[in-house]
Amino acid sequence: MSEAAHKDYTGAKLGMWLFLFTELILFGGLFILYAVYLHRYPAEFAAAGSELNEVFGAANTLLLLSSSLAIALATSAIQRGAKGRTLWLVGATIASALIFMVNKYVEWSAKIGHGLYPDGPAMLERPPGEIAFFSLYYITTGLHGLHVLIGGALLVWVWLRVAADAIHAEDYVALENSGLYWHLVDLVWIFIFPLYYLII
Amino acid sequence: MSSASKHIVSDRIFILVWLALLALTGVTVAVSHIDLGPWNVWLALSIASFKSGLVIAFFMHMKYENRLLKGFFFCALLTLAIFIGFTFFDVHYR
Repeated sequence: MSEAAHKDYTGAKLGMWLFLFTELILFGGLFILYAVYLHRYPAEFAAAGSELNEVFGAANTLLLLSSSLAIALATSAIQRGAKGRTLWLVGATIASALIFMVNKYVEWSAKIGHGLYPDGPAMLERPPGEIAFFSLYYITTGLHGLHVLIGGALLVWVWLRVAADAIHAEDYVALENSGLYWHLVDLVWIFIFPLYYLII
Repeated sequence: MSSASKHIVSDRIFILVWLALLALTGVTVAVSHIDLGPWNVWLALSIASFKSGLVIAFFMHMKYENRLLKGFFFCALLTLAIFIGFTFFDVHYR
């Protein structure tokens, strides 16, 4: 009888990677814009970049690197059938996503409070190069933040599926693919941090 | 069905990769405080690319994948490199 649901591990993973390639191209486009404007306005980019809080940037870097470790360990844990450990590690990753968003909220609201947002009063007084920097900052970190939210939501779903034994040592591709998505979020941030927060 | 080629990466490797990533982040922050002119951004990009390589190879398991997936990944990188390269030709010689 062929009533068991059809599973294709390799196909599922290949599909996820194909999607991730489109994500690479998407963020790649934003980094190209950054490069072109940096080439045109190096001094303005340095001045605007120095206004971003390096400590927030570094803290979020540590969070994402560590949560990437947690979800990678979770994949190994589920492969070994260690359910409790998997739940703990996926939970830690979800917590990191939340803390990341809280940091982002504090960071953005301070800037927005000073009128520094696209078309905001403080922004329009700036030279064009700084406007370009902050606009790109909002678009890139905003799109990245959206990915953090989606990644976090996916991992909540994964946590529930693991708890319900729907994801287990014999069928874990959903956890693995969600983990791949989470690593992509980490990957993009690895470039955002030096280019936006540390530029001099 | 579970894959026939289930490859479990040891926790030790993941933790070593994580430590390397933390150390490289420290290096990135440290060199950003030294004024190297245009080399700052190139150095930052080189370190970021190396860190990405570690994340993709180990955390994302690419090192242990089959040739098909590695080939696909290479094509995606090539596409990205082509459109970054051509944009720069355009910007530079405009």
